[in-house]
Amino acid sequence: MKTPFLRWILAATALTSLCLGVAHAQVDTSKSTVTATSKQMNVPVDGTFKKFTAQLNFDPAKPAAGSAKLSIDTASYDLGDESYNQQVRGKEWFDAAQFPNATFVSSAIAPAGGNQFKVSGTLTIKGKSENVTVPVTVAQQGTTQSFDGALPIKRSQFDIGTGEWKDTSVVADEVVIKFHIVAAKK
Amino acid sequence: MGLHWLIALLIVAGFYLGWIMTDIPGFTPTKLKYFSWHKWMGVTVFVLAVIRLAWRLTHRAPEMPPGMAPLQKLAAEAAHVFLYVLMLVIPVTGYLYSSAAGIQVVYLGIVPLPTLIGPDAALKVMLRIVHIWLNYTLLALVIVHVLAALKHHFIDRDGLLARMIPFLK
Repeated sequence: MKTPFLRWILAATALTSLCLGVAHAQVDTSKSTVTATSKQMNVPVDGTFKKFTAQLNFDPAKPAAGSAKLSIDTASYDLGDESYNQQVRGKEWFDAAQFPNATFVSSAIAPAGGNQFKVSGTLTIKGKSENVTVPVTVAQQGTTQSFDGALPIKRSQFDIGTGEWKDTSVVADEVVIKFHIVAAKK
Repeated sequence: MGLHWLIALLIVAGFYLGWIMTDIPGFTPTKLKYFSWHKWMGVTVFVLAVIRLAWRLTHRAPEMPPGMAPLQKLAAEAAHVFLYVLMLVIPVTGYLYSSAAGIQVVYLGIVPLPTLIGPDAALKVMLRIVHIWLNYTLLALVIVHVLAALKHHFIDRDGLLARMIPFLK
């Protein structure tokens, strides 16, 4: 009797997700990017987060009803050099062993004219949370939607770069997080 | 002459920094600072070497001291040409190495210089080796250059070194 029962559960789950989850747009992580650019002795240095997940629910006609949730694998930050990547996963920077994910959870989305929207929410990195608002540009291309934005943060607020790295004359306090999220239009 | 000593100082300092910065394990603020200073020195050497070369092309170099054998003159000439080539090529390989590593050079932390090539892992490895070995070649050549100058001063006693160090007279 176990198998039919499981089937029922599965069917019920599928049905529920159809009803509730239909709003979630399918995010194409292979086409999406999340990067963080720091300045090192005034030299812009780009790094890419190779792994992240995103859940979006957004209709430009009803922005206030929309929501966004991002979870970024901090250990996947790639500066283009494995020895640097290793260092950045360490305690002084992301402390990826202790804090494997950085997250953003939206709390409100407001229209800002045209295809611009202001997304407010909580950004959590290394266990520290801050309320942020990021301007996002939404574009529709055929069957997909893309979301672009840049959010400057202060790394010191999240304890990113402790010890001797607190010296912001070498690595600047300001870091810009840029994202380009591509999702199937629902 | 001023240019000669300025470039010499920068080459010695740049070489020394390059030597110690690559020995710093991992990733530290000091290392990042040294890397930047090293790059700024390299860019400066390149620009000064271009100025010096322009000067040499528009002005006659002083005659070599009389009494030098033709072969010796030729060796001196060749060594100098080789030195000029390295003064230009070494900063270029370093610059491209930085570009291949995906790191732009921002001169003195103020002037962003163009990245001539994009990030390229294979090229990065190759340029690193080329940059290092050209530097060893430069080191050997500088030693020869200094020894030759000392020979002119102490053995030939032809007053050549005093042209470059006036108070020696």
